[in-house]
Amino acid sequence: MNVRRLGFPLVVALLALVPLAAPQFWITLGNYIGLYSIVALGLVLLTGVAGQTSFGQAAFVGLGAYTSAYLTTRYQTSPWIALAAGLAITAAISLFLGFITLRMRGHYLPLATIAWGISLYYLFGNLDALGGHTGMTGIPALFVGALELRNERHYFYLVWTIALAALWSVDQLLDSRPGRAIRALRGGLEMAEAFGVNAARLKIVIFVHAALLACISGWLYAHLQRFVNPTPFGINQGIEYLFMAVVGGAGSVWGAVVGATLITLLKQWLQEGGVLMTALKGTLEQLLPRGISPSGNFELIAFGVLLVVLLQRARDGLWPWLARWLPKEAPAPVVDAEPLPRREHNPFDGPLLEVRNARRQFGGLVAVKDLSFSIHAGEILGLIGPNGAGKSTTFNLISGGLPLTAGDVHFRGESIAGFAPYEIARRGIGRTFQHVKLIPAMSVLDNVALGAYLRTRSGVLAASLRLDRRDEARVRAESLRALERCGLGEHRFAAAGSLPLGSQRIVEIARALAADPVLLLLDEPAAGLRYLEKQRLAALLRSLRAEGMTLLLVEHDMEFVMGLTDRLVVMEFGEMLAVGEPADIQRNPAVREAYLGVA
Amino acid sequence: MDASIAALLTQDGVTNGAIYALLALALVLVFAVTRVIFVPSGELVAFGTLTLAGLQLGKTPGTVGLLAGMAIVAGVMEIVASLRRGELRRLPLRLLLWCGVPIAVAVVVRAIAPLSLPLPLQIVATLAAVTALGPLLYRIAYQPLADASVLVLLIVSVAVHFALLGLGLWFFGAEGSRTPPFASASLVVGNVNISVQGMLVVLTSIAVILVLYLMFSRTLYGKALRATALNRVGARLVGVSPSLAGTLTFSLAALLCAFSGVLIGPITTIYYDSGFLVSLKGFVGAIIGGLVSYPLAAAGALLVGLIESFSSFYASAFKEVIVFTLIIPVLLWRSLTTRHHEEEE
Repeated sequence: MNVRRLGFPLVVALLALVPLAAPQFWITLGNYIGLYSIVALGLVLLTGVAGQTSFGQAAFVGLGAYTSAYLTTRYQTSPWIALAAGLAITAAISLFLGFITLRMRGHYLPLATIAWGISLYYLFGNLDALGGHTGMTGIPALFVGALELRNERHYFYLVWTIALAALWSVDQLLDSRPGRAIRALRGGLEMAEAFGVNAARLKIVIFVHAALLACISGWLYAHLQRFVNPTPFGINQGIEYLFMAVVGGAGSVWGAVVGATLITLLKQWLQEGGVLMTALKGTLEQLLPRGISPSGNFELIAFGVLLVVLLQRARDGLWPWLARWLPKEAPAPVVDAEPLPRREHNPFDGPLLEVRNARRQFGGLVAVKDLSFSIHAGEILGLIGPNGAGKSTTFNLISGGLPLTAGDVHFRGESIAGFAPYEIARRGIGRTFQHVKLIPAMSVLDNVALGAYLRTRSGVLAASLRLDRRDEARVRAESLRALERCGLGEHRFAAAGSLPLGSQRIVEIARALAADPVLLLLDEPAAGLRYLEKQRLAALLRSLRAEGMTLLLVEHDMEFVMGLTDRLVVMEFGEMLAVGEPADIQRNPAVREAYLGVA
Repeated sequence: MDASIAALLTQDGVTNGAIYALLALALVLVFAVTRVIFVPSGELVAFGTLTLAGLQLGKTPGTVGLLAGMAIVAGVMEIVASLRRGELRRLPLRLLLWCGVPIAVAVVVRAIAPLSLPLPLQIVATLAAVTALGPLLYRIAYQPLADASVLVLLIVSVAVHFALLGLGLWFFGAEGSRTPPFASASLVVGNVNISVQGMLVVLTSIAVILVLYLMFSRTLYGKALRATALNRVGARLVGVSPSLAGTLTFSLAALLCAFSGVLIGPITTIYYDSGFLVSLKGFVGAIIGGLVSYPLAAAGALLVGLIESFSSFYASAFKEVIVFTLIIPVLLWRSLTTRHHEEEE
């Protein structure tokens, strides 16, 4: 049974029935849960999936609410135009905040959003034009066509239509080309960038997306309440939205709804007191005589303690726990589709890749010392050397993982020194990682599909609206072909993390192949493979060469390298020791000295 | 503005900045070792002031009840954990550490409360009581989640902050307190008045920072903490227990918070919920330092204190807006000067 197909209409049908039957009190709560879900959904995308934390969502909610409140009361603007204005302002501000924080690594976004959240709150409270701390009243009700939404029951439909539409679109987005890239951000930017993802840009886009969702929620809030003041947009509420996402389960879109529901109901229950709470308070009063009576903010204590206990029991939130009871979703089968276009090659004479006097220093240590070599089109070049010779550093200098201290790297005659990894990927250089970098929870097929990132174009908007299905089918078919070619076709739907390490290395090669590279850089591909697996890998690499692909191999396994490569570059202490055909290298006294200690 | 006002504002700024610096150090320390963003540090600051204020009035401070209650919870957790693992042999020692020590501190503080001891002794009692809260917080809230993600730890921190806020109101009541100044004299240098109180605050902060520096560079435990901050797995492999590192870190951080609370007491009236904003300013300082460098964090905190004091003179309604927006230009500057792709690790 497919949950995604059955579950969604079921939820829609249930929600449609609520306003017909439920008492007023539940309608009010339901409206708030819907509003909060929209904000928490943005955080699922931003925090749960992409791993970036924002405390400022409440401030974006406030921006949406205050923009509409101001424009509709001061200038009698239509609320719908005010919504557009709010979205525009939110986009501009979130773009700016994203631009200054998300291009850097580290915890800058949470910090900037704390600052932004607190400042905006005080600004709202101190600007007379916005009513100061008392706020603004007389905000008009919304019109949908001729229907004025004064009744909360009617409003319920609007809130939940928007909430479910947002939920659906984010769910679509996660299962798409940009979605795979977003999920890859958590696994380290290096990996995402190696397949052409401009990670900084993507993070900014997601941050803006989450901010816009918050803004819509604020706009809905203003016209539901018909009154705004700064209180619900402060840093505390910003933190509470984060609570909702984390407690609900920030890894899934449904976690947003579960979290918003749980936190809202929990707070309501704690505020009302209830039988259990009264009993608890009574017991405490009995236990602690002598002037210490549990007065005041007992709810706050219970709220804090309950959350700590909940996270200690279920640190991934409630949704994964609930989802165990739901039937598992069957993966969509891969249908055969038209192959993706291949890369077009302009004819180019001369070496495919040229490393010229490349140098890399770490402080006083010269890891790579003025190294020069070139790779010719259609050959397999091996880069070998004892531990610490600088092989991996050289590899990273070519792939853009590390900047050069001095020297140059030319690819098809163009200098690629100083290029970001995603720019290098765009030129047709694919790679694997020495320490496997797959997204463990994602299927093998989706991991491979990430490799084809640069071969289709559909963006966040198209993916959210499910307009990318034709491209998606082609990507999936192409990924399966790459996977089958590497002999792992039957594992397509397994979680990548469940495969043995050797197979994960092969998945990395399939992922690199899905990118249709001109030059493939392999970092110790044979490590952890058994004898037969190695032979299969060698056969695969040979067949790739026969098709005209060029390969650079960094490897430890001498037997593997000797039988496979056309030429070898031997490094020692960051310098080139020898270069030549494998047979010559085997006879080279300097190499024998370095490896065996005997000439 | 003339020179004397500027001098006054600078003094104010430096005094507050010195206190923020202590908090910034506590935050950087806790984050580096345990990956916890220590949101409840503000509550510990407030508890510090309120405990000292209680002792000065001859009343039993709320810290006593709080310590006893948390010690019992920690004790129950230890018993459950020991039963589950079937390791009953070490239970008495652990109970002594987790229950006995904090309850002993609570009993002593309660006993000396009505005695009106001299101020230095009261300060020592305050520091002891609030510091004892640190490891208990770690044991109860964070240790079961020590390997969780930064995000989960952060959310737990906020939940702890809420719980402590509620407990603060319960145990300390809603009234604010202000402790009398340590010294009321002032020195006149040229035509500028320098308050001895302010100087004491700054000197104490510097002394505490120096002691910390010596501890981290000279002692084995200090080095173990530094090793954990640098590489958790590596430290574990060479025998630094993560829970010991966490307990030590939280004790140190609580001590720093308690110090800040004692120092800020004579400057402003502190309520049970005043700590959050104070520690946020320490946090801004820490951010300016990039959450990694101790000297930069201290310098950042000093800057926050100065900007706060000058902006309260020029535009007091927008004081908080100015202080917290300060992060944005700092981040912008960093963003524009940092190279496009930084080196990893």
